[in-house]
Amino acid sequence: MVATAPKPPAPIEQRTAALEIVLKGKGILPDGFVEEFTEHAEDEWVTSNGGQMVARAWTDPEYRERMLKDGTAAAREMGFDFPEHHRQLVVLENTPDIHNLIVCTLCSCTAYTIIGAAPDWYKDMEYRARVVRESRTALREMGLDLPATTEIRVWDTTADTRYMVLPVQPPATAGWPAEKLAPIVTQDSMIGASRLDEVKG
Amino acid sequence: MDSMHDLGGKQGFGTIAYPAQPHDETWEPLARALSAISVKTHIYNMDEYRHAIERMAPIHYMSAPYYERVLTAAATLAVEKGITTKEELEALVEGSFPLALPIGPGRMAAPPQTFEIGETVRVKYEFVSGHHRMPGYIRGKTGVVVGISPPYPFPDASAHQMQATMEPTYDVRFRSTELWPDSSDEAFNHVGVFQSYLEKVPQP
Repeated sequence: MVATAPKPPAPIEQRTAALEIVLKGKGILPDGFVEEFTEHAEDEWVTSNGGQMVARAWTDPEYRERMLKDGTAAAREMGFDFPEHHRQLVVLENTPDIHNLIVCTLCSCTAYTIIGAAPDWYKDMEYRARVVRESRTALREMGLDLPATTEIRVWDTTADTRYMVLPVQPPATAGWPAEKLAPIVTQDSMIGASRLDEVKG
Repeated sequence: MDSMHDLGGKQGFGTIAYPAQPHDETWEPLARALSAISVKTHIYNMDEYRHAIERMAPIHYMSAPYYERVLTAAATLAVEKGITTKEELEALVEGSFPLALPIGPGRMAAPPQTFEIGETVRVKYEFVSGHHRMPGYIRGKTGVVVGISPPYPFPDASAHQMQATMEPTYDVRFRSTELWPDSSDEAFNHVGVFQSYLEKVPQP
């Protein structure tokens, strides 16, 4: 018996469209869902949510304390929400001597409703494989050269807990109001891929 | 499952593509939305979704972009749950529609036990053929509990259509130099470890 060569995979655009047709045909995918979901994700699950939390923590010591004790409640207090499988938000406080860094070695988990959708590099295999074992080297390659005295704490997201980093406030921004501070908080700084020390006043 | 997805600590990977480059993949938001509606309509839960990605053939897993893995999981589970068939999907495309490999058995949670903040614990040296959320790099390793979560559904059962009991996870702190002796940068590695994966360490 001669084995016939398997057909090559169809282009991914076609495969995606095929599943859309099937789910629509079975009455599972309502008209307009794709557009509404995509718009909601782009408009609501944005980095500025976390930015507002960080800016408030920098300017309101009582909020900072509540946030470090119960990140979920601190996010809800600001009007932000979580999907069912994000059952706890833990906020990790950076200091001049401690640097926290978040990863999901098994897939791609992030607190996306708070810090925005994960960037490509976070979901790539290089970051997932290397950052737990070569944390200092990988960060240096990404442009964050930490002094040898800085303690690195890596957090692998493996359950329904989500993490975000509370970055150190840039010294040059001392005394700024929260509204002016929120926009300087980047997604990378809440993942721990960068720090904000360089931000100028 | 000791498959390709368990990447933590694997060697040979190159530079991280940082910062992200803009790219135009119009099918990606569609793939994401199809997965979202499938979860919303309870075709599958998040644990089944994760395990379907893990069950992709190794070469397919390693070569597929992120959202192709999302799409493959959604299509695989739609077929396995009787929503559609591989033939129906392939009739709509020019070529094959590769799906993930068949699912094996899951397992129930271990009897309840409790651990405290500051307690030294060991990750059980066990090998699970189905879905689990213990990265291979902590198997059999010892660390210190630094956090306790609310109860979450036990993924080893939840991914396999079994009744998933709820149990806490423990954020456990490991030293990189104990996970990979003489072969890592110095750091503290934290993993959210389900209660069933942990065991007591006899006190001296």
